[in-house]
Amino acid sequence: MELVYFLIETIVKVGLVFGVLMGCVAYLTLAERKILGRIQVRYGPNRVWPFGLGQPIADGIKAFFKEDVIPAKADKPLFVIAPMISITAAISLFAVIPFGGVIEFFGREVSLVIAKLDIGLLYVFAIASLGEYGVVLGGWSSYNKYGLMGALRAAAQMISYELALALSVMGVLMIAGTLNLVEIVQQQAGWHWNAFYHFQFFPFIFYLICGLAEINRTPFDMPEAEAELACGFNIEYSSMKFALFFMAEYAHLVAVCAIATTLFLGGWDGPFNLPPYLSWIWFVAKTGILVYFFIWQRGTFPRLRYDQIMRFGWKFLLPLTLANIFGTGLYMVLTG
Amino acid sequence: MMLSQYVPVLFIIGLGIFFAVFAVVASRLLGPRRINPAKASPYECGMITLGPTHQAIPIKYYIIAMLFLVFDLEVVFLYPWAVIFRTLGVFGFVEMMIFIFILLVGFIYIWKKGALEWE
Repeated sequence: MELVYFLIETIVKVGLVFGVLMGCVAYLTLAERKILGRIQVRYGPNRVWPFGLGQPIADGIKAFFKEDVIPAKADKPLFVIAPMISITAAISLFAVIPFGGVIEFFGREVSLVIAKLDIGLLYVFAIASLGEYGVVLGGWSSYNKYGLMGALRAAAQMISYELALALSVMGVLMIAGTLNLVEIVQQQAGWHWNAFYHFQFFPFIFYLICGLAEINRTPFDMPEAEAELACGFNIEYSSMKFALFFMAEYAHLVAVCAIATTLFLGGWDGPFNLPPYLSWIWFVAKTGILVYFFIWQRGTFPRLRYDQIMRFGWKFLLPLTLANIFGTGLYMVLTG
Repeated sequence: MMLSQYVPVLFIIGLGIFFAVFAVVASRLLGPRRINPAKASPYECGMITLGPTHQAIPIKYYIIAMLFLVFDLEVVFLYPWAVIFRTLGVFGFVEMMIFIFILLVGFIYIWKKGALEWE
């Protein structure tokens, strides 16, 4: 019986997370266009339903009914698999992110996370790195010079910032003493948020910068650089395959913000205590603020030059994140 | 029993793969198929691509990839150390700082050699 309950619980949670995520991704595309529109003093989409609320649905239907062009010289299997890798990796990231506390459900304790892995954070980095294959293979297999250049840039940029990203969370790990994301959140309960409590504010900023670079968003959107590479790695993609890349990017954006919330901003812990079955509200609110911040960036900053991006990652972020490990270690040794 | 915590992970990965395959197959079935040589040629704003596409890649990218391997290994070593940092205490701290210092010497070397420059 226990097994059956466990399976039901898992299926419900997986379905819920998947549904909410897809809804978020769909409406994030609309939100981004709306917010960017307002920043640039225009309306953004407002034709489909009031406030353009039907736009994501219309876009989705259109993507399904468009012609699916595979270039003659493309490496067909890789060309088809690449967007699948991207979206699968982006969705799988949400397996370990806790979005709420433990709730009581018909006398059964249910924790609001899909899998409470002991290696939570390692899993996140492993799967996030897999997502890079989608971008690189997609650009390489389409046999297009723009695509290839976008893919090369993406590969070099993503692995460079992955280093700084992995190092920037090291301070939190040293304080928490565990890779389990649920335990990391529990330790931050009652305003002991890592970003403010243990001098982890600068790592938090580093994490956000590296996150921007990891998901290739402005000012680091080199792989797509519309002005020079037309569209970068996804230039040859059309129809639903393009939509999959697009959705993967937004799902990844939500994931980066959700992990930042979990590690640095206390996850579902809030200014005042809500009952456990509502604790996800804080998590959603914090993640939403970070997502808004990421969209705001896009409306504010121009794109950097490629050499500037690489120099910034290697010569600035990498030494500083190493210095943070030293500083956090010293702080912990001195204060015990 | 320990492995059972990975079952939900398999569920969500499976759902992700299913969704990806479903989306691609559905758009293949629903969309029109009117391919012609011009449409299937590489997109380059109306120009015909000159020369081979998959040619030699600038050496810079290889150097970055190699440096990444070195430093990512360092990160891999740091993870278990960070998790048991409290138990190791001062000894662990000094040891890891020596390790990072040795790698830092290499980092300064490649910096001075100009491996991180993009002109």
